[in-house]
Amino acid sequence: MQQISNTLERFGGVNLLPLLLAVLAFLLIGAPSSWATLTVAGLAMGMMLFLMASGLSLIFGLMDVLNFGHSAFVSFGAFVAASVLSALGGWLASDSITLNALALTFAILAAMSFGLIVGWLFETVIIRPVYHDHLRQILITMGALIVSEQIILAVWGGNPITVHRPHFLEGAWIIGDVSIEIYRVFAFLLGLAAFIGLYLVLNRTRIGLLVRAGVENREMVEALGFRIDRLFIGVFMVGSALAAIGGAMWAGYETLITPALGGEMMIVVFIVVIIGGLGSIEGTLLGALLVGLTANYVGFLAPKLALASNMILMIIILLWRPSGLRPAAK
Amino acid sequence: MQARQTYGAIGIKAAVLLIGGLLLFAPFLFQDVRALEVAARICVFIVLVASYDLLIGYTGIVSFAHTMFFGFGAYGAAILLRLMGPGWDAVILGGLLGVVASLIVATAVGLLSLRVKAIFFAMITLATASVVLVLASQLSQFTGGEDGITYRVPDLFKPATKLLLDDNGKVVKWFGVSLNGKIAAYYFVFFTSLALFIAMLKVVAAPLGTVLKAIRENEARAEAIGYRVVAYRTFVFCLSAAVASLAGTVYAVWLKYTGPDTVLSFAIMIDILLMVVIGGMGTMWGAVIGTVLMVLAQYYLRDLMGAASEAVSSLPLLPDLLNPDRWLLWLGLIFILLVYFFPRGITGTLMQKGSRQ
Repeated sequence: MQQISNTLERFGGVNLLPLLLAVLAFLLIGAPSSWATLTVAGLAMGMMLFLMASGLSLIFGLMDVLNFGHSAFVSFGAFVAASVLSALGGWLASDSITLNALALTFAILAAMSFGLIVGWLFETVIIRPVYHDHLRQILITMGALIVSEQIILAVWGGNPITVHRPHFLEGAWIIGDVSIEIYRVFAFLLGLAAFIGLYLVLNRTRIGLLVRAGVENREMVEALGFRIDRLFIGVFMVGSALAAIGGAMWAGYETLITPALGGEMMIVVFIVVIIGGLGSIEGTLLGALLVGLTANYVGFLAPKLALASNMILMIIILLWRPSGLRPAAK
Repeated sequence: MQARQTYGAIGIKAAVLLIGGLLLFAPFLFQDVRALEVAARICVFIVLVASYDLLIGYTGIVSFAHTMFFGFGAYGAAILLRLMGPGWDAVILGGLLGVVASLIVATAVGLLSLRVKAIFFAMITLATASVVLVLASQLSQFTGGEDGITYRVPDLFKPATKLLLDDNGKVVKWFGVSLNGKIAAYYFVFFTSLALFIAMLKVVAAPLGTVLKAIRENEARAEAIGYRVVAYRTFVFCLSAAVASLAGTVYAVWLKYTGPDTVLSFAIMIDILLMVVIGGMGTMWGAVIGTVLMVLAQYYLRDLMGAASEAVSSLPLLPDLLNPDRWLLWLGLIFILLVYFFPRGITGTLMQKGSRQ
């Protein structure tokens, strides 16, 4: 038994879970073509969830701040991107891939800069005064969530908004009898790029070293003379921007968005972070992939269970590992 | 020797007594249908908010699943009233079922997550509550889905029921109010709520309340003195869940309708949170003050905002922000400011004022 677990650990331990899930689903589903489609959808969804959740996890890990208002950035990102895309509707409709890509880039950049700026404001105005008080943190960020939802309602109205996708991301590739939506591949690649970028910054640069050290032991890093609070603003801004990008991608994925989007995503994002373990982006990626895959597989196998599947997954994992799969060392 | 009460505390208690008196005579003082709705809602929500205050104010646990328990009680009564027909047995059995369901879920969630950080608990309750909300709208053969359930309540509460007959066989009127089933229903709500509220006051005044405060102030110390923190937390979580569930049953009987929007939605959770914080965490009186202010605002502030919105209709964006539907925006802002500057809420702040030597 010990030997088996050692061998498993050598091959990646808990990192194998998504793979295990995929194999299990393959046996249950039986039809390779639907399995492939579902897996691609699950991976794409997982990567978008990773974008939304990674910031939350890092923010908590570094400063012990849980931002219940995090999902506000997701919905703001979605709505800002949708507005930019509809303003650039002419570019989207044209056949030129350059114009299409430009419009998409602008939309994502707009969402990102919005996340950066509002993230900075949010950190200094809302969160700074309540750093070490969990109860008030939860209350205040909850209040901020209410206010931002109302602002979205006031600015964009309560009706669902259609999001225009760039022309070249429409449609699907058909390989054999497997159909793969291009948008999903794009979402997956963008999420992967973000993960690799984050991973490199955290593991290969001096700032990343400080962030990881701060997650591990904030007082010690402060005692060595580094200004963790400044670093924290940076992490908060980047986390918010990532959430906004995730929201923008989600808007394109759903193509119809309502102001309730933030609230819906908040639950899923929390589940991802809880499953993954707070404070580590590897854990978040793992949690996001698991949630994305489970949601798609269960949605196919047992549609009635689909809505509760995330919850069941979370309960199973918490019973097994109470602080998540790969929490940052604390 | 105990310090004498401050003038502020006396004022708050007087205000609470006044509110109690107004609620007691509400059917005779405010003789229109809407006012009675408001009064009944205030009664139920005082209980709901006070039971939430047991968690957040007295023990320092943040749960987002309180409406879930409220919903269990309401749906328990609603489903049985529809299945078994209008009768007291259905109400009592439904209420009991709601309480049992609440206790089971509360124990499970509590044991699973109360031993970890407060923040984990908040997230897990949020996730649980959202799943229950989705289930309630999906399992439409039991819960009526989004439309909810309409049902008849025991005959005593029918508007046509005559409580007292005069010599001519007509229903007796007191102060111009006919004593019909509506009055009976209101007093059912009022006295059940009063009983539950007094029971909670007793709990807080008992040694248990002191232990809870000790846990809130310093968990490690409470544990070191020998109190089993996890057991106490789970117990208080179950207690508040049971009370919320009973409040739900009462509300279901009053409304004769139960649906996700009235008892289960996240908006109600936010209302409860606002009421607790505005009123003041950690005092039962705060629950009363906060609830009264919020419910009055819900019903009457919108009218005011509508008027304000009309007045500035020529300006850009302002009418949108003052739109009656945006009242939560302003309440949210007030909420944030309160948490910053008056974390004790209205009652907590006032009760410290005017100390007497």
